[in-house]
Amino acid sequence: MPAFEYAPAPESRDLANLKPSYRPFIDGEFTDGSGEPLKTVNPATEEVLAEVGTAGAADIDAAVRAARKAFEKTWGPMPGSERAKYLFRIARLIQERSRELAVLETLDNGKPIKESRDSDLPLVAAHFFYHAGWADKLDYAGFGPDPKPLGVAGQIIPWNFPLLMLAWKIAPALATGNTVVLKPAETTPLTALVFAEICQQAGLPPGVVNILPGAGDVGARLVEHPGIDKIAFTGSTEVGKLIQRQVAGTAKRLTLELGGKAANVVFDDAPLDQAVEGIVNGVFFNQGHVCCAGSRLLAQESVVEELLDKLRYRVSTLRLGDPLDKNTDIGAINSAGQLTKIRELADSGEAEGAQRWTSPCPVPDRGFFFAPTVFSDVHQSMRIAREEIFGPVLSVLTFRTPDEAVAKANNTPYGLSAGIWTEKGSRILWMAGRLRAGVVWANTFNRFDPAAPFGGYQESGFGREGGRTGLEGYLDV
Amino acid sequence: MSAPTLPAALADATRDDASLRRFLHGLPGVDQVGAEARATALATRSIKKASKLWAIDTAISMVDLTTLEGADTRGKVRALTAKARRPDPDRPDTPRVAAVCVYPDLVATAVEGLKGTDIGIASVATAFPSGRSSRQVKLADVALAVESGATEVDMVIDRGAFLEGRYGEVFEEIQTVRQAAGPAHLKVILETGELVTYDNVRRASWLALLAGGDFIKTSTGKVSPAATLPVTHVMLQAVRDWFTATGELRGVKPAGGIRTTKDAIKYLVAVHEVAGEQWLTPELFRFGASSLLGDLLLQRRTQQDGHYSGPDYVAVD
Repeated sequence: MPAFEYAPAPESRDLANLKPSYRPFIDGEFTDGSGEPLKTVNPATEEVLAEVGTAGAADIDAAVRAARKAFEKTWGPMPGSERAKYLFRIARLIQERSRELAVLETLDNGKPIKESRDSDLPLVAAHFFYHAGWADKLDYAGFGPDPKPLGVAGQIIPWNFPLLMLAWKIAPALATGNTVVLKPAETTPLTALVFAEICQQAGLPPGVVNILPGAGDVGARLVEHPGIDKIAFTGSTEVGKLIQRQVAGTAKRLTLELGGKAANVVFDDAPLDQAVEGIVNGVFFNQGHVCCAGSRLLAQESVVEELLDKLRYRVSTLRLGDPLDKNTDIGAINSAGQLTKIRELADSGEAEGAQRWTSPCPVPDRGFFFAPTVFSDVHQSMRIAREEIFGPVLSVLTFRTPDEAVAKANNTPYGLSAGIWTEKGSRILWMAGRLRAGVVWANTFNRFDPAAPFGGYQESGFGREGGRTGLEGYLDV
Repeated sequence: MSAPTLPAALADATRDDASLRRFLHGLPGVDQVGAEARATALATRSIKKASKLWAIDTAISMVDLTTLEGADTRGKVRALTAKARRPDPDRPDTPRVAAVCVYPDLVATAVEGLKGTDIGIASVATAFPSGRSSRQVKLADVALAVESGATEVDMVIDRGAFLEGRYGEVFEEIQTVRQAAGPAHLKVILETGELVTYDNVRRASWLALLAGGDFIKTSTGKVSPAATLPVTHVMLQAVRDWFTATGELRGVKPAGGIRTTKDAIKYLVAVHEVAGEQWLTPELFRFGASSLLGDLLLQRRTQQDGHYSGPDYVAVD
């Protein structure tokens, strides 16, 4: 009996319309940046994809000036019903160009095309549609009559969901009447610059959206810039703390969406097969590059062995490889630096005595890949139970009683998300009230919706994105 | 009540009515949203080129070519057996189907038509499709099928008894039919469209496996919905769990509503990834279908020739 080998089914790379060079987008135009150009790499092959111009100090000034002018002259005074039209148009253009954007995202980020096509892009469009709907209804958002925008928002986004994080930032800012200067991550700037093209296509007034590629220095300048009224940052807790220090003592508003070390709590009465799916989706989705990833599995001791057997089998069916292949489940780690960090933390798990199991899946010779890994016998005192790994690595811990589950789940400086798996509705409600996490999923994981607020506790940050609550971060209320 | 081959924990489950009930109700639940999401996600696998051709040939070899109409005649069954022998006469390398499936009174005709081949002769029995009759009638039905030469018996469970929670009765009936079927392979039709919930499907699957069914089969094809992907996922999971618990391999047969190659391939992907590679054989997975074979043959030609040829190139039987 020959094995059922799936022949390669790659999505065409040409769909991405990849250009040899990309430039910053300031005041409605693509302009040469005065910063040192950067080269963005396909993490699955280590090939250079394109050269990208970056923003120098003068470009940042120009972008903030343009955003200020747009805020004062066009976008700020514009009736909400008019702003909504632009946002609806952008949402539709994203849908029309979603295949192109999905392939480009996969090339630049390394995530499987299955995810960029079926998760990222539909959610990106949904965020613009949802917020377009709010633009003319802000009077009814619960912040009193005629809530005012803040002004110019400086937004800094990470590399794990490049276009989706852009949507989470730009859609609410624009819907509420702010203008933005956004810095995409150094390793994944391409889809943001195609989004800038879409802004042009939609006829968005110049200066409303400005995109400034670059490294951390561009972000730092943006944070310091006196012309900025609000900073919204998604990224590491380390950088988040730095930003908070810089912003302290200024009039700038700040929202931070930082790291996480979410607990996925599985009780012995859980729907086990679906819990396994939820665990896999929780920690291996997007190679584990997810701030709300369920990277700590808390399993009830009476069911842990059965659960682990099922989990290992399921993980061994995950297909790792070419992110453009439609059958790939696990793509490439976004950068060599991230891969090193994941390896280092995984090695520490072994050194500290946890049991390492790695999927036997073949790993390509080229590119940055890390096979899905499950650590059992993990204890709260180990680094792999405390530090965010941001990779396809699951730490399995156990508990005996619901109280112990709550105590262990909350025993982290983070608090972004959590999952509960049980068929008992009352226990779900009991747990959800006690877990210190911004998002609690019950019998599912990593489900996103623009109407649901997202954000964290403690070192996972503050402020919410999405839903009615998310509007507050961009309103002077 | 217990079968002698079962490991202690499972043998215990079948000791009496109360134990059986406790066991079935103690199985982990199935979360509907999660189960359906998984089935939908797995259905996006893209099977192309050599893997598609392999899948088509494998699917053909798993077809239980079925006719279960009131209007069935000996002529219709003879036409079906001829197609089973040579699905695509122009291409002798086309695999044969696994079995032909007919009503008990037409088994003799099928036996004659398939003489000299190793194609199975399956017959529905036990007051198919409703299962609403006396035990004697059901067993007489089985006897007719087996005595006429059926090598496989597709029985229906008593859904009424199952839904009333009389699991012991269902269990005992399957065992009795199991005995009456003798050496014939026993496929137990759960009629998942009438059980409705995935929890029920899981319980009925275990019940049938405990009682000695060689296969668990989704549907009669007479109730809508018939086979669906998520239901088949739950059943594949059950046979995998059964294998983990006992080391025994049991089969799954989705039946009804699978008409296209595209659908069949989605099922094969589920077999491959949910149950495992071992189940990718006609001994452990079947399609109960009447029109599926035609599309499989058409798509097989398309793959081989590089262009579509049209339905007139494939026999309609």
